[in-house]
Amino acid sequence: MRKLDRKLIRDLFHMKGQAIAITLVIAAGVAVFVMSTCAYASLSDGQIRFYRNNRFADIFSSAKRCPKALIPRIEQIPGVSTVETRLVYDVLLDVPDMTEPATGRLISIPEIREQRLNEVYISRGRMVEPNRLGEVVASEMFAETHGFKPGDTVRAVINGTVQQLKMVGVALTPEYVIQLQGGAMLPDKKRFGIFWVNERQLESAFDMSGAFNSVLLKLEYGANLDEVIDQLDKLLEPFGSIGAYDRSQQLSHQYVTDELLQLKTMATVGPSIFLSVAAFLLNIVVSRVISQQREQVAALKAFGYFNYEIGFHYLNLVMVISMTGTIIGTLFGFWMGANLIEMYQEFYKFPLLKFQINEIAVLWAFLLTTFAAVVGTWLAVRNAIRLPPAEAMRPEPPPTYRPTIVERFVPLGMLSAELRMIFRNIERKLLKSAVSIVGIAVAVAVLILGSFSLDSLDYLIDFQFRKAQRQDLTVSFVEPATSSVVHEMSGLDGALDSETMRAVASRIRFQHRSRRVGIMGLESEPKLFRLLGEDERPIAVPTHGITLNSKLASLLGAGLGDRLNVEVLEGKRPKINVELTSIVNEFGGVNAYMDKRQLHELLKESAVASGAFLKVDSNRLEDIYQELESRPGVGSVSIKDANIRSFKETVAENMLTMRSFNILFAVVIAIGVVYNSARISLSEQSRDLATMRVIGFTRTEVATVLLGEIILFTIVAIPLGWLIGYWFAAFMIMGLETENYRIPLIINYSTFAFASLVVVLATFFSALIIQRRINQLDLISVLKTRE
Amino acid sequence: MNTDTDTEHRTAVFRAADIAKIYQMGEVQVHALRGVSLELFDHEFVVLLGASGSGKSTLLNILGGLDVPTSGTVHYLDNELTASDDSKLTQYRRKNVGFVFQFYNLIPSLTAKENVELITEIATDPMDPLDALDMVKLKERANHFPAQLSGGEQQRVAIARAIAKKPKVLLCDEPTGALDVETGIVVLEAIARINDELGTTTAVITHNAAIARMADRVISLSNGQISAVNENASRIDASKLEW
Ligand SMILES: Nc1ncnc2c1ncn2[C@@H]1O[C@H](COP(=O)(O)OP(=O)(O)O)[C@@H](O)[C@H]1O
Ligand SMILES: [Mg+2]
Repeated sequence: MRKLDRKLIRDLFHMKGQAIAITLVIAAGVAVFVMSTCAYASLSDGQIRFYRNNRFADIFSSAKRCPKALIPRIEQIPGVSTVETRLVYDVLLDVPDMTEPATGRLISIPEIREQRLNEVYISRGRMVEPNRLGEVVASEMFAETHGFKPGDTVRAVINGTVQQLKMVGVALTPEYVIQLQGGAMLPDKKRFGIFWVNERQLESAFDMSGAFNSVLLKLEYGANLDEVIDQLDKLLEPFGSIGAYDRSQQLSHQYVTDELLQLKTMATVGPSIFLSVAAFLLNIVVSRVISQQREQVAALKAFGYFNYEIGFHYLNLVMVISMTGTIIGTLFGFWMGANLIEMYQEFYKFPLLKFQINEIAVLWAFLLTTFAAVVGTWLAVRNAIRLPPAEAMRPEPPPTYRPTIVERFVPLGMLSAELRMIFRNIERKLLKSAVSIVGIAVAVAVLILGSFSLDSLDYLIDFQFRKAQRQDLTVSFVEPATSSVVHEMSGLDGALDSETMRAVASRIRFQHRSRRVGIMGLESEPKLFRLLGEDERPIAVPTHGITLNSKLASLLGAGLGDRLNVEVLEGKRPKINVELTSIVNEFGGVNAYMDKRQLHELLKESAVASGAFLKVDSNRLEDIYQELESRPGVGSVSIKDANIRSFKETVAENMLTMRSFNILFAVVIAIGVVYNSARISLSEQSRDLATMRVIGFTRTEVATVLLGEIILFTIVAIPLGWLIGYWFAAFMIMGLETENYRIPLIINYSTFAFASLVVVLATFFSALIIQRRINQLDLISVLKTRE
Repeated sequence: MNTDTDTEHRTAVFRAADIAKIYQMGEVQVHALRGVSLELFDHEFVVLLGASGSGKSTLLNILGGLDVPTSGTVHYLDNELTASDDSKLTQYRRKNVGFVFQFYNLIPSLTAKENVELITEIATDPMDPLDALDMVKLKERANHFPAQLSGGEQQRVAIARAIAKKPKVLLCDEPTGALDVETGIVVLEAIARINDELGTTTAVITHNAAIARMADRVISLSNGQISAVNENASRIDASKLEW
């Protein structure tokens, strides 16, 4: 081994504490990067394969009842390559292990031919056999959650009559990779299931022979999407179509795409912070090492070592640290990625979703860390090799100290010698001190960034599901129900309060932008389903005009007072021009609201309802469920508490796992920064400190000088860290925002306190180590050697 | 011993002509050397004598290719050092020059032997590192780290390191400056032996006139100029020196 390399190893060993701290910071950054990029590759690959193999459609539309005779005309639309038609109905399910009703989405399977699009993938059991009534294939998510095996049955209320459905198989579909009911913000594995049924059975149950109510299109390569949607809408309009949409509006696809987007954000934000911190730490540590080894460098140069040899020597030192960090980080990233994919398997159902090692990502990780390391080290190394050897041989001139600003304002004598030393030290190396403070502040910020998600989530749940929506149950009707049905609903035994709503499909246009959204007609002063303004106070639904949530308003680019074109996609399809009279805060989806009476007038209809919100006596729940299940008009019942619970059990739990990783990494950064800053101050000042000890200062007094500096830095850094943490969080949230979710920027005081506490503890432990070192200061040797 | 005093027949290893060195210290100019011309010959043992601040180190650094003069020319054999770039100077030092510094400048994380090996690794025809340590009588301390050696021992390691590549010239900047008399003498003996046995052209800086007696020639510097050049009729053995 070259002697220069042996020196490298011994130097590394000498600074092992610092080296380990930096290695871990790098490892953390690499781990997050490798995890998210590998998870991205796995998920995206699973998605692409599933879509391709099972022929996921490009365009989706539904109607009330279309004759099959329409199919040839759909096929003739330019750009369409495949057309699939089917029947889709939501029904109430009576599942043996649940008292509350679930919703089943029944999808027809053609009997005499293969499926053309959105083919189901049978993962267990078999496909329903032609002509067999009562056989179904259930979605895997639902079957797994309930522990169903092929052969088990559920009861469904199909068009008013109870039928036994025998599950003969379990399947997946690209259409419901995530099992989510339209309008719901959260996936529900337990109360929403997909069932594939023989076409004949649905035709007869819903009196739909020779007709379809759902159509899927696959496009030719290069087809004009908007053109096809337009033509399809024109064809289906007379049959009650509520408008076609492409994959970007398809719920399951949206969620998977959002997840991919979020992985991308994760792969950039986290690692950039970690690697910047690592570069910063490497810079301060290597600068210090090189300035300590100034004379060794001079000797090497004097003996004819080339600049590049010396430069590489220090770069190698850094590379050992960064490579070790990268390797540890990569392995940890694989492990975390595999865990993440396992977690995804709970939400996303792909036939093949397995963790893939993304070699390119690993290569990138190596390149990025090397880049960060080289950048972090370059300045220090460059100065070292630039210094003429004759210059390097001379000891560094003693630093120039001046009375500090603080001393000018505070009367002399008020400051102790120790305090004066602290202030003078800081003022002399103002830039370095500032950098150390920012470093510690970043540690605080990363801790905040790593832990605030729970605050936001709690707030979101509280806001959306307790402050805004105060109903217990949301019942939706198969067909708009008359006021008498509604009246019955409120008269249910155990119902404490009720409210009705009218929902219609619509297309809202502003300028050149348009969106297909449901408009919900609400009572003018709703008590259960409420709209909240900026200050969380309920706002009345304006009696004229339309209310949008802020996401929809910003998607349309519309502001208060703008006039929007609204085209209702039901009934007589009225088109109106309305004023945007109010904008509300919501964290999920894109929604529009109107006064219910205004909507009735517009549709020229009586006071019918699409659904009802109920507040119920929790002791009477079972009766109410039974009652609801027995009503033919009831299409689905969603139970708020159950939704929240299942959300908390799954999403929140997984978020907690991620959060603990984040916190772990943040702690690594905090310790890395604080410990390194302290060690460097110690090494810079050890001579002065030893001198102080020699001339009679006590250990405590000497420690005050150094620890005082560290403590002062921490005190200044913490509030700065709160600010940076807030920015980081705001930045992160921007990256994670999707149409389906907005995460509110909520950081509780307890999170600020927690972040501060961790950094204070890191400071405390660094201080302990420093104190021990001060106690061990070798007075004689420090004074004997030069520098 | 070099008894040939006829300068005509000796090879001039170094030829410095009218070199000046000016350091710019903010507003002030420090004239470290003001027109120095000299020649150093093959095998010669020269002592550069002068008070602190007289420009000795500056001169030695320029000869050693560690620094360049502000004006004037320096030749090493046929190479004009003053016309060489940084990489040429490095090459020159790597091949031809051995340095010994006042504060040893050993690498603390390497043992005595490893410190020597650090240099022999990049030399073309080095001696065995242990032989080099043997020449300064430190073979048995080969595996000690600098911190485990006394000042004099460290300086002898530094000498072993300087001579291990069998350099043409050995330049020593106050090699005994940090040492007591006895240790200083041991170090000087080592330097003298190398000059003797290997025929290395040797220049030793000192502000201690007593040391001058062991040289072939003594060049006195004062205030950046050569104030005197004396040839010693005979060299005194280092062990007989006292100060
Ligand atoms: N890098 C430098 N910058 C400024 N002045 C210098 C530098 N090196 C040497 N000097 C000055 O040049 C003069 C000669 O220095 P030097 O050659 O080190 O003297 P000596 O070795 O004889 O003590 C001194 O006045 C010294 O202060
Ligand atoms: Mg000197």
